[in-house]
Amino acid sequence: MKDKNFDHSVHIENIATLARIHLTDQERQDLTKSLDEILEYFDKLKKVNIEGVEPSAHAFPLYDILRDDEVGTPFDIETALKNAPKRRNNQVIVPKVVE
Amino acid sequence: MDSEIFYKSASALNNLLDSGELTSVELAKAVIERTRSVDGKLNAFISFDEEKTINEAVQSDMRRKTGKKLSNLDGIPVGIKDLISERGQTLTCGSKILGGYVSPYDATVIERMRNAGCVLWGRLNMDEFAMGSSNENSYYGKVANPWDISRVPGGSSGGSAAAVASGETILALGSDTGGSIRQPAAFCGIVGLKPTYGAVSRYGIVAFASSLDQIGPMGRSIEDVATLFHVISGHDDRDSSSYPVDKTHHSIESVKNKRIKTIGIPTEYFEEGLDPEIRRLIDDAVSFYKNAGHRIREVSLTMTAYTMAVYYVIATAEASSNLARFDGVRYGYRSENPKDAVDLYYKTRGEGFGSEVKRRIMLGTYVLSNENFESYYLRAQKVRTLIRNDFMEAFKNVDLLITPVTPSPAFKIGEKSADPLQMYLSDIYTISVNLAGLCALSLPCGLSSNGLPIGLQVIGKPFHEHEILSLAYEFEQAHDFKNMHPPL
Repeated sequence: MKDKNFDHSVHIENIATLARIHLTDQERQDLTKSLDEILEYFDKLKKVNIEGVEPSAHAFPLYDILRDDEVGTPFDIETALKNAPKRRNNQVIVPKVVE
Repeated sequence: MDSEIFYKSASALNNLLDSGELTSVELAKAVIERTRSVDGKLNAFISFDEEKTINEAVQSDMRRKTGKKLSNLDGIPVGIKDLISERGQTLTCGSKILGGYVSPYDATVIERMRNAGCVLWGRLNMDEFAMGSSNENSYYGKVANPWDISRVPGGSSGGSAAAVASGETILALGSDTGGSIRQPAAFCGIVGLKPTYGAVSRYGIVAFASSLDQIGPMGRSIEDVATLFHVISGHDDRDSSSYPVDKTHHSIESVKNKRIKTIGIPTEYFEEGLDPEIRRLIDDAVSFYKNAGHRIREVSLTMTAYTMAVYYVIATAEASSNLARFDGVRYGYRSENPKDAVDLYYKTRGEGFGSEVKRRIMLGTYVLSNENFESYYLRAQKVRTLIRNDFMEAFKNVDLLITPVTPSPAFKIGEKSADPLQMYLSDIYTISVNLAGLCALSLPCGLSSNGLPIGLQVIGKPFHEHEILSLAYEFEQAHDFKNMHPPL
């Protein structure tokens, strides 16, 4: 049963833009169908009375986890850049960002 | 020498290594040979570095010879799920987008295994970014179940489970976000432990859903799994979710000690959808415990019907955020000839991610978007509180819980891959443990009529791993399932 309180008209293109993912036409079609189905399944959460319930971000909230601020050994440049798809002069090459 | 050295337990192998009847190099060669002979059918490994592995075994033999053995796992091969960083080794996460990536540093669990003398064996196949319940989502190919190669091994640690079950390794590391250690352990007839959230450091693993992910050991016996758990667990200040108090270190002897417990049976886990054969085997296990003197009590986990929805809202939301780092700029795959810098992101991610990963990033992005945040994400976080409360309420009256691991035995390859919702529902009995941050394990409790392994789940209170291991050990010792091997 569709819950009328939820609008399932998923705008695939908008989400894909937010997620920075290029989709093919076929993917767009498949995802529209499966996302609709899954979101409809999520609707059952509407039935739960959550009044006055605090949200849980983690199973055990740990606060103010800090370690001693000790100087470690950072990667050398070669190690840090070894995985870069394109590099030159100890820098990562990317397409031009500003004209 | 036993021809099936690769099926021996780590504890038995330790004795052979101690007495000098076996060397670590011989053992490493035995698992390499075994892998060469069966992995063509299974595809459990994404890669392995034979020379490095043998070299580590040589070092171990030298330590044993000079009386400098580091631990009872010194010289024992451990396979690594391909999302854990091992310096100098590739790490793919089962994805095209991490093609060519070589880890520049060791994860904490790897560091600890090195300090214990473990031989770090190959990189194990997995669902891409640990997203899946069947290991059909790997860019490096599907993994087959060693008990029936037309069936899935489970996921996402399907490579780890298949390799342990088939003797391609003695032990393995997996990761469990919603059942990814326990479900494949059940499908492949081995033992898998999902430690308490915060018990094992995640420093150096690729994150899927940060409030749920845990690394854990997989092996063929409770003792082996407990031994590896002791090596990898404990506080690490490089992981801010690592629990600051070390509560998990108990001796193997304490795991072997029987204690009379009150065992809870959640009624909601035995309702419709559970395969009758599995139900019968779990009932038999409950009778075994009752006859052994434990108290059995029914409990109710009232939020069970909502766990799947809560899990997929929270896990996909966290994944969409975690996977934003894969953009083709600093490492991994980069699309050729993008129009501009932004197009580089779109194309790299469009070409680099598989379909299930895209689906989950899209879902997560949707539930986190401004207009949907409250109705999905925040609501799911509140229901998560209620799910946790359910368990805490149950644990006032019982020490541990016994449940099935999966609603059915291993399904056929392709059977559920076209229906994501059906696939998600195969994790129905395992996900709540992650949402509540508990510890749980899967151990073999029998075979179905068509010869497929069935798992029994034992769920414990946070940081009570020794209790679930101990209860499982009692069952294991009274049955002979640990010596069952797949007909490969």
